[in-house]
Amino acid sequence: MIDAKRRILLKGSLAAGAVGVAVGAGLLAPRVVLAAWPEAAFHATDIKTALKSLLGVEAGEAGGDITIKAPEIAENGAVVQVSVDSTLPGVKRMIIVAEGNQNPLIASFDLGEDALPSVTTRIKMNKTANVQALVQTADKTYTASKEVKVTIGGCGG
Amino acid sequence: MAGNIKIKAKAEGGETTVRALMTHPMETGLRKDKKTGEVIPAHFITEVTCKWKGKVVMTALWSGGISQNPYLAYKFKGGAAGDEVELTWIDNKGETETATDKIA
Repeated sequence: MIDAKRRILLKGSLAAGAVGVAVGAGLLAPRVVLAAWPEAAFHATDIKTALKSLLGVEAGEAGGDITIKAPEIAENGAVVQVSVDSTLPGVKRMIIVAEGNQNPLIASFDLGEDALPSVTTRIKMNKTANVQALVQTADKTYTASKEVKVTIGGCGG
Repeated sequence: MAGNIKIKAKAEGGETTVRALMTHPMETGLRKDKKTGEVIPAHFITEVTCKWKGKVVMTALWSGGISQNPYLAYKFKGGAAGDEVELTWIDNKGETETATDKIA
């Protein structure tokens, strides 16, 4: 009994020590650790894992009113302009996914009460693939996608 | 790093459109240096906070999959000429930059 407790205490202090050392060595900036950045979702290598981690569902439903504006052909995959618009009411979040990328989740836009469901940004695309947009309302998540043909991939070195 | 964000806000028909261009390498941490073969460390904007009159309108969470020197446009309801909009980014190294504009 005493022995078991001693083991737990040792484990605990070792773990705390390791984190302390990492912070001290500048491996983990305290600010980054505290931020709400959804690391697991962004580092996921498949879409289902990323969405499950971020939204709690593995995929969105088709049928919501979502418009994706992206080029048919992107000569340079390093800069692909993507716009996502929706006429759905009560949109809380808009997500952009590049299905052919190593880490497919690109961005999540959390909308405040005044924000309109309309965002534009430029993304990197590794190869020809679907750009998927997801729109989360109070109770549902909808999805739409559009294929972008990429001539030169924009993720390599 | 100051002054590296270009931001323009314009009100029209009861809506305000904000366009911003940031300066950032947006390194994914997945690329290798062609000469040395070493991985180039990740360095990208993780979060962009957009405010109108001090109130958060939108928060964007980003990966390194956003292009170098990121572009962002968004819209919100309301907004009048002279109102202040503010945009702040923070990256994975804890560096940060803020810019403001008055709605035109």
